[in-house]
Amino acid sequence: MYSFQYRKAKTLQEAADWLAKDEDAKALSGGMTLLPTLKARLAQPSQLIDIAGLAELAGIENKNGVLTIGAATRYYQIANSPVVREVLPALAALISTVADPQVRNRGTIGGSVANNDPAADSPAAVLALNATVITNKREIAADDFFQGMFTTALEPGELVVKIAFPLPKAAAYAKFPHPASGYAMAGVFIAQTASGIRVAVTGAGASGVFRWTEAETALSKNLSAAALEKLAVSADDLNEDIHGSREYRAQLVKVMAGRAAAAISGKK
Amino acid sequence: MAKITITVNGVKQSADVEDRTLLANFLRDTLKLTGTHVGCDTSQCGACTIHVDGRAVKSCTMLAAQADGAEVVTIEGLAKNGKLHPAQAAFTECHALQCGFCTPGMIMTTAALIKEHPAPTDEQIVHGLEGNICRCTGYLNIVKAVKHAAALQKGK
Repeated sequence: MYSFQYRKAKTLQEAADWLAKDEDAKALSGGMTLLPTLKARLAQPSQLIDIAGLAELAGIENKNGVLTIGAATRYYQIANSPVVREVLPALAALISTVADPQVRNRGTIGGSVANNDPAADSPAAVLALNATVITNKREIAADDFFQGMFTTALEPGELVVKIAFPLPKAAAYAKFPHPASGYAMAGVFIAQTASGIRVAVTGAGASGVFRWTEAETALSKNLSAAALEKLAVSADDLNEDIHGSREYRAQLVKVMAGRAAAAISGKK
Repeated sequence: MAKITITVNGVKQSADVEDRTLLANFLRDTLKLTGTHVGCDTSQCGACTIHVDGRAVKSCTMLAAQADGAEVVTIEGLAKNGKLHPAQAAFTECHALQCGFCTPGMIMTTAALIKEHPAPTDEQIVHGLEGNICRCTGYLNIVKAVKHAAALQKGK
């Protein structure tokens, strides 16, 4: 790692001030992506502002049909939370497939959402559930938040504080993990929300997480794997790498979407 | 420089470290606790697994400064009063190792796993060990050892 200054912020305001004063400073939450990035010398921040302990970023609350999770909540806290398991079990299940136990003991949902890795799991849940990303400056709808691979609506110095998930009628996540890394080769989160069925795809898109609107229309009429049979994701918009071709990923998306749909409705 | 105080295996350790010092390096180079191994150094293999505030973490992917004020347990701190921890005893009895490089991390993960799941199922064991890689054994005896460790823990 290149040298940097480590500072632990005591309040959200302090963290925001430090980040605003230094454009080369970076916020550090669980560090499960940032620290490996630094170790590989792919980034050279001047300062790491540790926000993991901030009270403003902590806590899980279920109120008026909305599950709100603090950005610095670690994966294991979400996966093990009796509240999350009861009111949004699909999210608890998704989180328990992230990486491995040691990583889930450190990594945070806010870090993952702010990083917007194209193969991360959390963005699929945020997008499909039509969640709101609450920052220290404003509230951003999921549809506006994710703007392409490793790109979000966050401005310099803007921090994710909480994520508010309106509770769906039902939801499910199906993931085809890469057998070695556990990252999604394709992951599909389907939610029956107040504004209809929403289908979010991670791991496969060339521009990160995206909504598969054709599948939303088809599943609104018939929530089953069979409803997807005649559909095809355009391979042109998918990611191709050493792990799989575009066409392979297109097929995986369809199969995962079918599994998630079947998990909700019980219909194949 | 960061001024840190970390309780390691029950002993308070204060030191000035460079801000970028990894917890694994602090344990190995400063405290000379070399039982914590650094294998891949990319948070995949789990050889560097220790406990921070009771939870298994990969110490190669944590700054020493992030552990300021925390309680850390390494493989050296697992045995109590000369008696092996159930995970250590089980790995010995089940021959759950060959070269031994991954073993400290495997045992630290196992200790955390059987604390969370006192009677783990095969699935819980296999998923629980996802963050630890062994290149010798093929895992069969490791899975046996985790089950045995749970039984030893229950019996103690």
